[in-house]
Order: sequence, then structure tokens, then C-alpha cells
Amino acid sequence: MLSYTLFDHTADIGVEILGRTKKELFAHAAHALFDIMIQTTFHKNRKSRGGKGRQLIKMVDGADVEDLFINFLRELLYLFNGKRWVVDHCEMIECSNTRLIATLWVEPYNKKKHSMKTEIKAVTYSGLSVKKFKSGWMARLIFDV
Amino acid sequence: MSEIKLEKLDDNRWLLPQTGSMRVPGIIYANDKIHDLLQHDESTKQVANVAHLPGIVNFSLAMPDIHWGYGFPIGGVAAFDMDGGIVSPGGVGYDINCGCRLMTTGLALDDIRGKIKDLTVALYQRIPTGVGSTGYVKLSGKDQKKVLEEGAKWAVRNGFGSLQDLETTEDGGCLSGADPEQVSARALERGKQQLGTLGSGNHFLEIEVVQDIFDEKAAGAFGLSKGQIVVMIHTGSRGLGYQICDDYLALMVKHQSETGIALPDRQLACNYLASQRGKNYLAAMACGANYAWANRQILMHLTQEVFEKSLSIAPRELGMRLVYDVCHNIAKIESFKINGVEKKLCVHRKGATRAYPAGHEAVPARYKSVGQPVLIPGDMGAGSYILVGQEKAMQETFGSACHGAGRVMSRTQAIKTSRGRSISRELADQGVLVMAGSKGTLGEEMPEAYKNLNDVVQVVHDAGIAKKVARLKSIACIKG
Repeated sequence: MLSYTLFDHTADIGVEILGRTKKELFAHAAHALFDIMIQTTFHKNRKSRGGKGRQLIKMVDGADVEDLFINFLRELLYLFNGKRWVVDHCEMIECSNTRLIATLWVEPYNKKKHSMKTEIKAVTYSGLSVKKFKSGWMARLIFDV
Repeated sequence: MSEIKLEKLDDNRWLLPQTGSMRVPGIIYANDKIHDLLQHDESTKQVANVAHLPGIVNFSLAMPDIHWGYGFPIGGVAAFDMDGGIVSPGGVGYDINCGCRLMTTGLALDDIRGKIKDLTVALYQRIPTGVGSTGYVKLSGKDQKKVLEEGAKWAVRNGFGSLQDLETTEDGGCLSGADPEQVSARALERGKQQLGTLGSGNHFLEIEVVQDIFDEKAAGAFGLSKGQIVVMIHTGSRGLGYQICDDYLALMVKHQSETGIALPDRQLACNYLASQRGKNYLAAMACGANYAWANRQILMHLTQEVFEKSLSIAPRELGMRLVYDVCHNIAKIESFKINGVEKKLCVHRKGATRAYPAGHEAVPARYKSVGQPVLIPGDMGAGSYILVGQEKAMQETFGSACHGAGRVMSRTQAIKTSRGRSISRELADQGVLVMAGSKGTLGEEMPEAYKNLNDVVQVVHDAGIAKKVARLKSIACIKG
């Protein structure tokens, strides 16, 4: 399954993300965010990633699943914009509709290794939807670039 | 995509009728051509959404550079009553006080012919551009708070430019009411490294030549003459501003239900102007605005140094002078006559420029007889326009005009369209030298991605809210 696709938005970037489970949807969203921003390898499993770098445990709250989704991506974006960490693997430990705990594998941003593709200024609520379908989960959102 | 039907009021204005829970109707400034483009995105719906917000006065407005944003449309203008009205971080946008600054020089095109490439390379080397670029000025925590409180004044006090520059900066380059205590540690951290940087995306520094003069009197007052070399800078408050917006948006979304305000789109999250949360946002937003003015003031100073060094000329010979600095993403408390009564309103301009007329107290003394300069950058090939604010803007648009050409093509579409082409070579063929950090930026920002600047400016001119003064042609451009 392709974890994300882009849809047209005049000024910004629209993203549609799919996951078989809610946890997978959130992990795919983390992948989408970093994949749109920089040239990097996002590892879908821990084995392929190897043990280098740091692990961060993040706990995020939200008013509902949509708010939680945005707040999670906000935290990830801050790790890059504020702390200069690149997240290259993400595992969801717990994920309800209002709270999640995730383990993030990060490495420091390196200009030579991670060439920039697009600067994402923010994760917006505009046109946001996070929905469960028979076969899985789908989210649509717009990144401000 | 938009199914909303607009009613034509005249050649330059369309009415969006008040329906459902809209508190006021909308008015979109557009000619027939721009109106047709509105059918392809959600921007009309966004004008209608803004009309749902409490305390909105007269109309939810959009300028002819309107395009699909998030929450408010880009090109949106909305004023809210101080009594019962709201303030919305999304109505200002992430890049608080994104704006433009225009400087004239005493040089003509012939003075720099043959030296343009060296000059552009020198500018590109000296002025930090691109994502995550760090600035020329490193701030201590104490200094950063001063920047947030004082804006361009801090920059001038620290040797970047002169006091005279403050006279021709909107609000003197310092918005009052700034309180650094309302700015998060995250925002402060992001701001520490980025003062004196241009950024990426649509931000730029351009060398331009005055190509046409439409209004001799206003051009004379602004110090513009045909064939003159000028410089335009377009940038804002960088990561600090984005973080302030994001922090307050998250906070307002979290507490939205307590306000009792029903929203058609979460991105419009807001709070009453009279509420503590609303006041705190305005105090933090003012910090972002002041940071942006300090940023543009420092960039102007660096530009001046590069010109002097690269061309081996003295400051007097270069004669670089600030014409004006305007912001186009802001919420400000301003006074307007509503039904004959003077009222203080909180005017949100999201991708819209203030356009005050002759005689207004906020217009600098040297422009008082003609009105405030309105700076309208176009795409890389089109150059820019300089307009002057008109009385009609006070009556119709809360003293506002457009801010640029406005996108018409998505970034992904633009990149696809530009594939296999050399945008820099195409621009070079038009006499525009471009230096950018990445090919992607050039593709995203290709001229076809924008509306025709002439159409946008003509609507504003014909509607009488701002009048054309001069047209500038791009010669060289640096981007992130």
C-alpha cells in the first residue's frame, strides 16, 4: 500500500494518507511529513533501520482524533524546525482517539545527507479529515509551505 | 470546484450573498477573468466561512489576488468590532508580518550594466537564503526580547540603517503592545538564529528597474524616476512567527468550545478580542510583527553594504533610501467610520496591504500629500507595481488593497509543468538573472504559477482603492 499521495492545492500541499490501522495511519503520516520536506530514508521497520541515533518517546493529546493527528504532526515538525532532528522511524505504542504514545528514532539534520525538498511552515486544520473505513484509515490534510 | 454563485456588482466587484449562518455578505474584487478562476478552488467558500465569525463588520472581503488558503483565503480582509468581535491567528497566517520593503538608489541601469552578475552573486553569498538558514545576527535572550518589543528600532539602534528609515516603515517598524512573555520558549528558540535571513518559498530579494511611471506627482513624492535601479525585499518573521501562530492556533482550538462560537472550519479558531486569550495572542503577534520589521531592516542594511562593496562606490553615490515597508499578514487595531461613526476595529489582512490615502495621520509626512505607497510584487518575470492608497479604500476595504499576483497553479502542478524546462534560462532570456537554492523553488515559483499581475493591479486601480504609480521590471532575483 502506498502510504501517502499528494493532491492539488493552489498555495499549499494537500496530502492523503492511508493506513490499515490507526497506528499505521499515524506512522505513515510521520513518513509523509519528512518525505515531503527532505531527502531521507524513512524506515518502515526497526530492523532495516539499525540501531544508530537516538530514541525519543513522545506523548501527545488532542480533543479528538483529528486534533490528535494534527498535534502529533506538529510535534514532529517542531522536532525538525526547532531541534533539527530528522525522524526516520516511528512506532506507535499506544493510540486512542485523544492520546498517543510514540517512539521516534531520530538523527541530527545534516545538510549534506538530507537535502531539502520543501519547507513546511505548519500543519493546518484546513480541510482536515481523519476517517475509519472498512478496510482501514484515511486522512486528508494541508501543509502550509 | 466552488458551487457558490456570485452576483456581479460592477466591472470590479462581485457580491457573495449572505446565506445560512453568515453574519454579513462577502465582496470579492475581481474582473470577469479573475472571477472565472475562482470556480477552480475553494477560496470563495473561505470568504463565506470568514463571514460566520462574530463581530465581523460590513463584509467579508477579498482582493483580486484571492486564492485558496487555509481558514481565511489569501487576499482576505475582515474587520471585527472591538466589542463582541474576535481575533483569529489563522486570519493573520503563519508568517506574521510577511511584507515588502522597497529601496531606491541613485543608480541607473547603465551604471550597473555588465556588473549585474557579480552583484547578484555577492548578494546571494552575503544574504542567508533557504530553509533553516541561520542569520547574520546572533541574539542573546535579552537582546531577542528587545527585538520583539522594539522591532526595526532595535535594528537601527544596533547600527543597521538610520532613524529616517523608521519614518517610512508602517507603524514606524514597531507595533505597540508587544509582550515577549506571551511568546513560547519554542518560538523564542526558533527566532534566535534567524534574524537577518530571507527564508525560502516565495520570499526573495530583487533588483529592479523603474520601467513606467503612471502618476508623476506620487512617483516624485516616493523618489521614483524612470530608469532608476531599485531593490525589493519580500520576507517575514521566519520560524518565530510560524511558531507563534501555531502555538496560539493550538490553544484556541483546544478552548474553542468554551467560547460558544461555532466554526465552519477549525483553522478559523478564534477568541473574543476582549478575552485574555485574544489579548495574549495580539501581544505575541506584535512580537512576531516586530521581529519581521527588524529582519527586513537588517536585510536592507546588508544589501546596501553589498552594493557599495561590489560596485566600489561610496554610500552617498549609491544613495540607497527606503521608500516604504508594508506588512501584508497582520491583525491591527485601526479606526474607520462605520455608518458615520468613528470606530476602532481589529482589521485582519491575510495577504492584503494597507493602502491609506493622502492626509491620513498614519501616512509619513513626506507622503502626506499623495498617500501611502502600496508595494505589489509579482512573479519573477512580471516585476512589481507601486501603487498609492486612495480614500475609497477607507470607505470600502478598511484601508486595504491587494498584496501580489496570487497563485493560480498548485506547487505540484507548477513543478510538473516546469519539468524538462530551465526556468532560470527562460527568465534569463527575459533579462532576469535568478539565483535560487534549489531547482524545485524555481519550478514552484515559475511565472505561469501566478495570475497575471497586470489584471490584478488593474482591478484595484479601476475600483479606486489604490492607484498605479509605477511599474518595475525585474533584473535579478535571489531566492531560497
